[in-house]
Amino acid sequence: MNIWTYILRRTLYSIPILLGVALVIYVMFNLVAPNPAAILLGRHATAQQIVELNHELGLDRHWFLQYFDIVKSSFTFDFGRSWSTKQEITEMFKAGAIPSLTVSVPSFVLATIISIIISLFIAYYRGSMADKVTVFVCVALMSVSSMAYILFAQYFFAYKLGWFEISGYDFPNFLPYVALPIIISVVLEVGPDVRFYRTIILDEIYQDYVRTARAKGLSEKVILFKHVLKNAMIPIITYLVLAIPFLILGALLIENFFGIPGLGAITINAINSSDFPVIKAMTILSSVAYIIFSIITDVLYTLVDPRVRLK
Amino acid sequence: MSIKSGSLSAHAWRQIKKEKLAMLSLFIIVIYVLIALASVTGLLAANWSKEVGASYSAPSLQHIFGTDIFGRSVLEKTIKGTEVAISVGLVTAVLSITIGVFLGAMAGYFGGFIDEMIVWFYTTLSSIPTTMLLVAIALILGKGMLAVYLALGLTSWVSLCRLIRGEVMRHCEREYVQAASAIGGGHLRKIFKHILPNVSHIVIINFSLQFQTAIKSEVILSYLGLGVQGRPSWGTMIDDSKLELARGVWWQLAAATIAMMFVVLAFNILGDALRDALDPKLKGKS
Repeated sequence: MNIWTYILRRTLYSIPILLGVALVIYVMFNLVAPNPAAILLGRHATAQQIVELNHELGLDRHWFLQYFDIVKSSFTFDFGRSWSTKQEITEMFKAGAIPSLTVSVPSFVLATIISIIISLFIAYYRGSMADKVTVFVCVALMSVSSMAYILFAQYFFAYKLGWFEISGYDFPNFLPYVALPIIISVVLEVGPDVRFYRTIILDEIYQDYVRTARAKGLSEKVILFKHVLKNAMIPIITYLVLAIPFLILGALLIENFFGIPGLGAITINAINSSDFPVIKAMTILSSVAYIIFSIITDVLYTLVDPRVRLK
Repeated sequence: MSIKSGSLSAHAWRQIKKEKLAMLSLFIIVIYVLIALASVTGLLAANWSKEVGASYSAPSLQHIFGTDIFGRSVLEKTIKGTEVAISVGLVTAVLSITIGVFLGAMAGYFGGFIDEMIVWFYTTLSSIPTTMLLVAIALILGKGMLAVYLALGLTSWVSLCRLIRGEVMRHCEREYVQAASAIGGGHLRKIFKHILPNVSHIVIINFSLQFQTAIKSEVILSYLGLGVQGRPSWGTMIDDSKLELARGVWWQLAAATIAMMFVVLAFNILGDALRDALDPKLKGKS
């Protein structure tokens, strides 16, 4: 099968998923969520006002039209206006994307490089004390609440020692503001990443081709870096590509604490003010991003691994 | 090398008993559960809301974790928080395992249309980033414990469901299941009596993973104002401490963080040891 036919077919397969996501969002936000009148009009609203508001928001229309609006917005990215700031949600998201990406992309790249290096190192010395200690440190790092890292680092390194800006953001001169958030994200990410990469690499090390390579006298280094790493790249790529949609979402807590006006901070503000349209839009946007990137992962898979046949 | 015969669980128990760190973790978890039980029954920290000293007294021999803004003992709040953490972990893990095992077994056993619907449903749910789904469910259900349980339980069953589905599918083709059909065993009997006991190791490993993830997520939900209300939890304590740090009050953050770290670490280590001991593929290796 041609690669383009595969891409087309894979895209068609994700249509039921997109419709499903829209259904979940419809059920959550249009059926189960509390009536917006309670939030927008307060307690003393008259029946007339409530009817008018429901009409204005389109909540009195047939359920199918309301559902179709959600499906439509996942293609047009037209999400209407925020309840609390009255801004166009799409405009808010456009403004928030850059600050989010200036934190999440460097953290992602750094965390990935550091984790792969550490996990190759401990896979090479597997079973040794260095391996055991590293794995234990990773687990210990993961056991501390992310909130504790943020609070402590902000207090100690930014407030007490004054090495970084405590809070705020400036573009294009963003480095002093994002440096500490990036370091915290890397620390949060390295623990689970190293464990994950180590497992993947060790899964490969017990394969038959490694035994063959060893039997023909290749050195352990050549086996690890040339043979094992190449094969381990397949699950690693899947993991990395599927992490990209979350970069767009940004780091909710970190942005909120450091006053970075990204998508994560927008989401938290929306939660605090019960701004349902913004949260709904964020849910749709991040799901669409996830669906698109899972298509990309599958396509990459067929390109990287010739064993995966296009059927 | 000789491998002792015996059931997988007996083998696993022997394995774990040899691991000192795993036994220590189990011991720590038992202590936390006992503290939580003592807190529920009022044996411990029943008067957590009482003023025991001046506002923000630093840790001393009298109050080893100091006091909070209202002069309440941080130690007693931490104990009360253990109750919340253990109950959130337990209820969430049970909820997500029930959903995951039920749907996974149905999909794997019956296949066909049922399988397609269940796969579609969980692929849909897993396409929505967990953070957004978690926040949306908690926000929509309103504040409080019930919302926390449901939000965490409903968002965490997919990976278990996938695993169970795959395993059940494999087991359906085994001789022992065919033999069970041959002697007239019904669907439910085959699923619950024959197949599920053979995949129970996945459930046990998953339980310890879900438990600690839930404890960590409760902290984040509490910070977002979507968590536990009107009673201390480690999440609300950490949330309070964001205003205290600048005044040099670090003990509330430290107490909640340390309390949480030990139990999460114990679940992590125990989970790893369980995986090594229970995975039949690893039996007899190394």
